[in-house]
Amino acid sequence: MQRQQKQQRFTNPFTLVTDEIIFAILDFLGHDPFSRKSFSLVCKSFYSVESRHRKTLKPLRSDLLRRILLRYPVIDHLDLSLCPLNEGDSWDVILSLCKSTLRSIKLSPSMFFANVGFSKLVMNCSDLVEIDLSNATEFTDSGAAAIAKAKNLERLWLVRCKLVSDIGIGCIAVGCRKLRLINLKWCLRVGDLGVGLIAMKCKEIRCLDLSYLPITKKCLPSVLQLQHLEDLVLVGCFHIDLDGLTNLKQGCKSLEVLNMSNCPCISHYGLSFITNGAECLRQFNISYGPPVTLDLAKCLQYFSNLQSIRLDGCIVTCSGMKAIGNWCASLKELSLSKCSGVTDEGLSLIVQGHQELRKLDITCCRKITQVSINSITNSCTCLTSLRMESCSLVQSEAFVLIGQCCQFLEELDVTDNEIDDEGLKSIARCSKLSSLKLGICLKITDDGIAHVGTGCPKLTEIDLYRCICITDVGIEAIAHGCPDLEMINTAYCDKVTDASLESLSKCLRLKALEIRGCPGVSSVGLSAIALGCRQLMMLDIKKCHHINDVGMVPLAQFSQNLKQINFSYCSVTDVGLLALASISSLQNITILHLTGLTSNGLAAALLACKGLMKVKLHRFFKRLLPHSLLDHMQSRGCVFQWRDKATTQVETDPMEWKLHLG
Amino acid sequence: MDLKDRLSVDTWTQSSSSGNELPKDQQSFTNFSLQQQQHQHKWEDPSVLDYSVRIEPAFQEFNQTSATSSSLPCNPNSQIKNLNREDCQMNEMLEPNRIQDWDPRVMLSNLSFLEQKIHQLQDLVHLIVGRRSQVLGRTNELVAQQQQLVTADLTSIIVQLITTAGTLLPSVKNTLSTASPSVGQLGQLGGVLFPSGTGMNGGGVAQSSGGSKVSDQSNQIDLTGACVIEQNNATEEHELKDEDDADEGENLPPGSYEILQLEKEEILAPHTHFCMICGKGFKRDANLRMHMRGHGDEYKTPAALAKPNKESSSEPVLIKRYSCPFAGCKRNKDHKKFQPLKTILCVKNHYKRTHCDKSYTCSRCNTKKFSVIADLKTHEKHCGKDKWLCSCGTTFSRKDKLFGHIALFQGHTPAIPLDETKGSVGPSDRGEGNGAANKVGSVGFNFSSNASSGSGVQDMMMDVKRGADEPTGFFSPLTFDPCSLVGFHEFPRPPFEDSESSFSFLVPGSCSYTRKTGGESSSNDLE
Repeated sequence: MQRQQKQQRFTNPFTLVTDEIIFAILDFLGHDPFSRKSFSLVCKSFYSVESRHRKTLKPLRSDLLRRILLRYPVIDHLDLSLCPLNEGDSWDVILSLCKSTLRSIKLSPSMFFANVGFSKLVMNCSDLVEIDLSNATEFTDSGAAAIAKAKNLERLWLVRCKLVSDIGIGCIAVGCRKLRLINLKWCLRVGDLGVGLIAMKCKEIRCLDLSYLPITKKCLPSVLQLQHLEDLVLVGCFHIDLDGLTNLKQGCKSLEVLNMSNCPCISHYGLSFITNGAECLRQFNISYGPPVTLDLAKCLQYFSNLQSIRLDGCIVTCSGMKAIGNWCASLKELSLSKCSGVTDEGLSLIVQGHQELRKLDITCCRKITQVSINSITNSCTCLTSLRMESCSLVQSEAFVLIGQCCQFLEELDVTDNEIDDEGLKSIARCSKLSSLKLGICLKITDDGIAHVGTGCPKLTEIDLYRCICITDVGIEAIAHGCPDLEMINTAYCDKVTDASLESLSKCLRLKALEIRGCPGVSSVGLSAIALGCRQLMMLDIKKCHHINDVGMVPLAQFSQNLKQINFSYCSVTDVGLLALASISSLQNITILHLTGLTSNGLAAALLACKGLMKVKLHRFFKRLLPHSLLDHMQSRGCVFQWRDKATTQVETDPMEWKLHLG
Repeated sequence: MDLKDRLSVDTWTQSSSSGNELPKDQQSFTNFSLQQQQHQHKWEDPSVLDYSVRIEPAFQEFNQTSATSSSLPCNPNSQIKNLNREDCQMNEMLEPNRIQDWDPRVMLSNLSFLEQKIHQLQDLVHLIVGRRSQVLGRTNELVAQQQQLVTADLTSIIVQLITTAGTLLPSVKNTLSTASPSVGQLGQLGGVLFPSGTGMNGGGVAQSSGGSKVSDQSNQIDLTGACVIEQNNATEEHELKDEDDADEGENLPPGSYEILQLEKEEILAPHTHFCMICGKGFKRDANLRMHMRGHGDEYKTPAALAKPNKESSSEPVLIKRYSCPFAGCKRNKDHKKFQPLKTILCVKNHYKRTHCDKSYTCSRCNTKKFSVIADLKTHEKHCGKDKWLCSCGTTFSRKDKLFGHIALFQGHTPAIPLDETKGSVGPSDRGEGNGAANKVGSVGFNFSSNASSGSGVQDMMMDVKRGADEPTGFFSPLTFDPCSLVGFHEFPRPPFEDSESSFSFLVPGSCSYTRKTGGESSSNDLE
């Protein structure tokens, strides 16, 4: 390599620049795959610099794994989650190539783990700090015993490792004393004993996720005695009731984030035990939990560091909201999404008490009216995020007020509201707006959207689902005014045609496009998108009847990043599907009611498309496809979902929707 | 009146009547009789009053016959009735004595005082007897005069006795009032227990005049009395295994309960209920009643077969606690931190477990030994299975015990059994939702069903048979695992559906999830 560099010294000015400087330049490229690729293709030295610079790797295909690992020698994070490894040799490849530089590995869920493999991995990579085994449903206790030999392990994810029991967790608890993070979400065989031992042995733990474990209050005292515990997640621990926790003298002092959503058995009395002494508490989540009454709100009265609270789906009383308004902390984030019992009076009291509020979620608080919006806009002028989907009693004037007062809004969700063009014009004054959701806002037209296009240049995300008055003019205004657009949804805007897609093809960063149910769109528009938006990852063209094989070919050729596609009810046939199968990154595909599709074409496409993870098909094909093929696909880690929907629904569906809406 | 009672009375009368003949023995003898009376007080009332009321006709009859038959050889003395009455009086007098304080020296002095008094009384009676035999032909007048004189003397002595007795044992004054209800309870049992007296010691006692026998007998009374509790609580028997330890927390103030102590022989006696007719022994009263049917139609009446009801106690019952006869044992009443045992079964199990050889060896592992056969059977159910293994080689029958061990020692880890694929589905599954504690609970339950249903047949036989059946019957995975599996299925469902819709790449798992669980359940079925 040195010799190569000597030869190039005379021709390449970059040889005068040290690697470190080039590394710094590469750092600025970020994670944009295209620019990195272009860089490494400049010359051999750039190629080698790039391969020495890259630290993380997320391969998609196992057959290239050996070459990739040879090319990138200093990888410290290897993500194999999308790389199905079911053959023993690819496992050996990893073991032989993963050197001691590797510090973090994320393993594929479809890997058939053997504890021998784990012990080899742990032996080879002695500095492993992070292991992510999420969704490894075949991972057993003996594997856990092998993992336990990684003495330096600090972070471990075992999400949905359903075969691991207390015994395996016990091995890990004894072996990996330096653990700072462990996630045991959905490890359904882990109970009080395993968790208790983790808390007993791993004193360094900062983050502990015990969601959906069958644990009871028995293990909580030892968990709460962890000296450094900062983040505790107890989502959906149905068996925990804290009422009997009287032996707990003091809660965890270092606790900062506590998530106890979906724990219906907790009362304010029990809550006071667990929060007792937790002075650093910043975030608290008791969504879908007990009713937020005066008593419960008083439990949290004196936490001066509290910044964020989520009460989604709780029953909220007026006195409770009043007490929240009187808290000594000044909240930054508040979510009352889907809370029943939120009234104008209560909400006004809350926002008056917390004028520093940055994020407010009042989704589906259907009782609130203009009064609430008045007090929100009066008190919380610093709001950056307001979600108010389906606040149907709020009048259109309210949105004018929001646009006038909340200039710092970055995210606004007014799905299913009475907003009109006037309101949109006012909201367009929020120049920092990046996400705007206007789904089912039937009153808005191209005029309002045009204001957004001119006023909000930083917009990255816009949802116009079923905004039936929107035409190509509006879309063009957005496409011109918002070059950073990454996501647009114009589903069921039936006036949208190819012209919209052509204007959208100028948005080079577009990643997700949903034009479901737009009959005016054809292959021509789709070709334009495929040519323009090379970063496209998600495409939904369901019920765009005029899109056929002609549209698929450019898509297959240019959209090499496409991960997810839905083209049910389109006019695509075997040819188009086979063309698509050449996209190696394709993971998720939904093909329902394609009249031109045969089982042979489907089988060929499925075989060709090696990265597939999820396929949604009509039940009809289950009989037609050979069993061996299905087995083969499943062994590659692909999941089939069989749907049985009548084709006739195509015509009636929009009608039904309109009836429902009226 | 109870036979034993009568027997003790007999010995007493014998001693009193034969006081002149056996002057040397008298001291010790009276002491014994006193001791005996301490027990006797329980019997005197009920045996007189309660028989007619509570005991079934069959037993009444039975008692009567036996009473006469036994009294005939033992007590040819015609004065027996008088003496009985006197004895009753004596008991009344003495009753307060036993309830008083237990300072041995004070007691000793009091006893010696009483001894003197009794000697005087004996002399007096001897005098009367002697005079009667001498002056048979005298007129009734003179006899009556003498009698008056003697009665006056007697009453004065008795009054003296009562006054001393008042100071003799003053510790538990309130028991004076509570004594009678407890006596009532025991009285009812007395009828039942009666046979045991004859079956075991009756013959010997009838002939005996030795002190040791008498004391032995008095203890026998205790045993039998207590056994009734056992039989009444027969259904609770399964709990008693742990009750040994369970009553640790019970803090009865000393003196608020009555302490009974059995002798070693009684604790280890295989049977406590004996047939009056053929002498066959039984562990349970119910079994005895079943057996009695064979002896005639009179035992087949519903009343005879009915379980002797507990006396509906509107009055407070004196709590009974038991002491272990083993000196130095914490359960012995002389121990500084004495902790009484709750029931007679606790006594039996405690004594066997703590102070006896472990003669039952597990046939599977050949290492574990037990002194209580029920413990062996409980162990055998688990022996070989459900081994929770530590890396240090120690095995545990319960998972929580293993984890306690690991938490305690540095560097010890749970060891994974070699047949992991099987093991992970089998035992750990079972231990999962319900925990080890539940397992023990269910074992206990099985045990209880054994115990309560051992009707008529020898328990040992039954138990052994069941022990053999057990592994397939109660503990087959078929009955247990599906439940826990159902739990698994229902529990996580919502999150998984959620993950499917929101994270497309999580999905492979969700498929394998259904596949997996299917496999799991089928493998369970096969097991």
